[in-house]
Amino acid sequence: MADRRVLLQASGLTKRFPGVVANEDVSLTLHEGEILALLGENGAGKSTLVKMIYGLYAPDEGEVLIKGEAVRLSGPRDAIRRGIGMVHQHFQLVPVFTVAENVILGDEPIRWPFVNMRKAKAEVARLAEEFGLQVDVDAKVEDLPVGTQQRVEILKALYRKADILIMDEPTAVLTPQETDELLNVLRGFAANGVGVIFITHKLREVLAVADTIEVLRGGKVVGTTTPADTDAAGLAQMMVGRSVLLTVEKSPAETADVVLDVVGLSATNDIGLPAVRDVSLQVRAGEILGIAGVEGNGQRELVQALTGLRTCRAQSITVNGADALGKSPRAIHAMGVGHVPEDRETDGIVGPYSVADNLVLDRYDEPEFARMGVRNRGAVTALADELVGQFDIRTPSSETTAQSLSGGNKQKVVIARELAANPALLIAAQPTRGVDVGSIEFIHSRIVAARDRGAAVLLVSAELDEVLGLADRIAVMYDGRLVETISAEEADRGRIGLLMAGHTAEDS
Amino acid sequence: MSAKWAYTLAAIISALIVIAFVLDQVRTVSVLEFSLRYAVPLILAAMVGIICERSGVINIGIEGQMLMSAFAGFFGAAATGNLILGTLIGVGTGMILGAFLAVGAVTWKMDQIIAGTVINILAVGLTSFFYVQGQVLPGTTPTVTIPGLSSIPLIGPVVFSNGLFTYAALIIPLLLWVLLFKTRWGLRTRSVGEKPSASDTSGIGVQSFRFWNVMLAGLLAGMAGAYLSIEAAGTFERGFTAGRGFTALAIMIFGAWNPIGALAAAFFFGLTEGVASQLQADEVVAIPQQFINMLPYVLTIVLLAIVSGRVKPPAAVGRPYEKD
Repeated sequence: MADRRVLLQASGLTKRFPGVVANEDVSLTLHEGEILALLGENGAGKSTLVKMIYGLYAPDEGEVLIKGEAVRLSGPRDAIRRGIGMVHQHFQLVPVFTVAENVILGDEPIRWPFVNMRKAKAEVARLAEEFGLQVDVDAKVEDLPVGTQQRVEILKALYRKADILIMDEPTAVLTPQETDELLNVLRGFAANGVGVIFITHKLREVLAVADTIEVLRGGKVVGTTTPADTDAAGLAQMMVGRSVLLTVEKSPAETADVVLDVVGLSATNDIGLPAVRDVSLQVRAGEILGIAGVEGNGQRELVQALTGLRTCRAQSITVNGADALGKSPRAIHAMGVGHVPEDRETDGIVGPYSVADNLVLDRYDEPEFARMGVRNRGAVTALADELVGQFDIRTPSSETTAQSLSGGNKQKVVIARELAANPALLIAAQPTRGVDVGSIEFIHSRIVAARDRGAAVLLVSAELDEVLGLADRIAVMYDGRLVETISAEEADRGRIGLLMAGHTAEDS
Repeated sequence: MSAKWAYTLAAIISALIVIAFVLDQVRTVSVLEFSLRYAVPLILAAMVGIICERSGVINIGIEGQMLMSAFAGFFGAAATGNLILGTLIGVGTGMILGAFLAVGAVTWKMDQIIAGTVINILAVGLTSFFYVQGQVLPGTTPTVTIPGLSSIPLIGPVVFSNGLFTYAALIIPLLLWVLLFKTRWGLRTRSVGEKPSASDTSGIGVQSFRFWNVMLAGLLAGMAGAYLSIEAAGTFERGFTAGRGFTALAIMIFGAWNPIGALAAAFFFGLTEGVASQLQADEVVAIPQQFINMLPYVLTIVLLAIVSGRVKPPAAVGRPYEKD
């Protein structure tokens, strides 16, 4: 890379927020045609760094050179003008606009006094063709699958003639095949001389596509390396600062009786369309059934139906032989069902409550914790302190509000509460979403421990690696159906990927 | 509300009007004139709502903006002895109140409902406190009759022989439709009301777009108020706007946040009121006046019950924009 032109150079960048230093003396160099991976855990400062480069934050110290020129960006508009494009983690698209409208927004071709839509569409179609990003320019963005929406985001950057492309966690929402496609597209950009900054915490992708890897931890650069000089374990150690078990250690499952038995479950989504279609499944004590699938294929509705949060139709749903169909969430919980919801912020914790109160949300009224309507604070605190220690929840005290904890620690609060009651069935939806690598390791070991104790576990995750690593049996959900169930030993990443994308078992 | 449904309804009503015209020319024209007069402030006020909500700002203070403008316009004209000056005072008052809402709801990121309610309460208080009895306007506003067009049967006398604000109320929705859906300003305004973070990352100033649009909309609220006291009634009373600002919000929803849809919806409101009044005047039906007066409010409730959930408001409406 040393012989190529330097597109972007940042040196000594520091950004402080009240109480924290988000970035401290961070430097990076991006050459023409280079794919630079920024690797780090949540909260390591990756986003802050690129926001400074994109002009969303002003650095407190340090300087940014774009194509050799020292700049102080006044905002995204300025960054765009200098050839920086950013594909955000949460797509910045207007759902009710067409693809073409989204791409041109902010930089519209004009035939006074109107927007020249014909020219806009032609230009967007030409770009899509040139870079192999197939998309219908007249389609409404809200009707498109996420993989296509991401192409629209990339087109936005290309339309603005970006030669520095920042991609913030671009693969979080993609199937393995879509991910491979994207990585190919990025290689194509690099071949055309575009410099790409690729932010991720997925080691596999970094090793597959990056020319240079810069690892951040706690707001500082802890090292710069290349895929040739390192491997997944080495990168994980750099990210976390200690050695990490990337694979979950577990013994073969010792299964017993069927705990969860679902026959013919169907449910609709929030707008009344079918989301779960005639799903039947069984989970036995002592095993983990993993449900893989791209998000939005009915997993959310399935979990809500099973936990009583969504009305559904079914021939039968039983837990340990007892009828759970049509029961309230509380009644189902009382049958020994623990639930780790996919959205912990809204469904998992009550943010303004203390950690202790969150830990007894499901049992606050039991005789142990309350008598005649008066709460027994001492008992609550005692239990909370015990769980905080047991589950390694990093909090100043059990009286701290849950909302002030990091994502990983909030999730540990949820896991601790749901596992403390020794449930017969644990339903865990996206249990490690937005959680740092160290906590992922811990949460995984807890789920396996619950299995080994004899609990049945239904694991729903959009992270294929998580399902492959934890589950004893794997089912793939597509368009509301469970398309196939495979034992973990036979599972093959490529095949599951195809099933997730809707290919049938026959043509995979 | 599906477009097909709306077109069918519009076609049926048009056919009924033509039949009525064949049966009784004088009465039909008089009912339509009444309907249009009734619709004008509703149209203008609904445009206020559309501009604000398409930009992501709820304007529940339209009622107060109209009331103060009607007040300022009337007493401005009475005090200066100049209708044009009074009108300008009324329109300017609307714009000032637009800026008032913009500062509260956009700059200060206040709760938008509260910011609008402040305007409403302030308007009732100020216009009641400073109200003076016995003032009269220095004359009446001119009626502009367009030669040729005004001699078209039915449409001519109703549409092409009116005051200036009435023409404005008929032209502005068409203009606003073009602006919203065909120009850069419109594309950006709608993006700001649907997904401001997307606008922001595309280099569009969300706050300034919202601020200027809310202020611009205030100008139309001023026109609606000035129309009521100066062009339509030639007088001002306490509580003069009688809830028209709120009815306009219902019309905005009924018209699916589309200026032309709202124009049609406002005329439909006017027509209902016009027909009811005519039937009562002719003593065809013996309904007490109070029930006739209730009609727009009842209609508002019924229509909202029908369309609510079927039309989708701009996604970011009501939420002050915070950068993350």
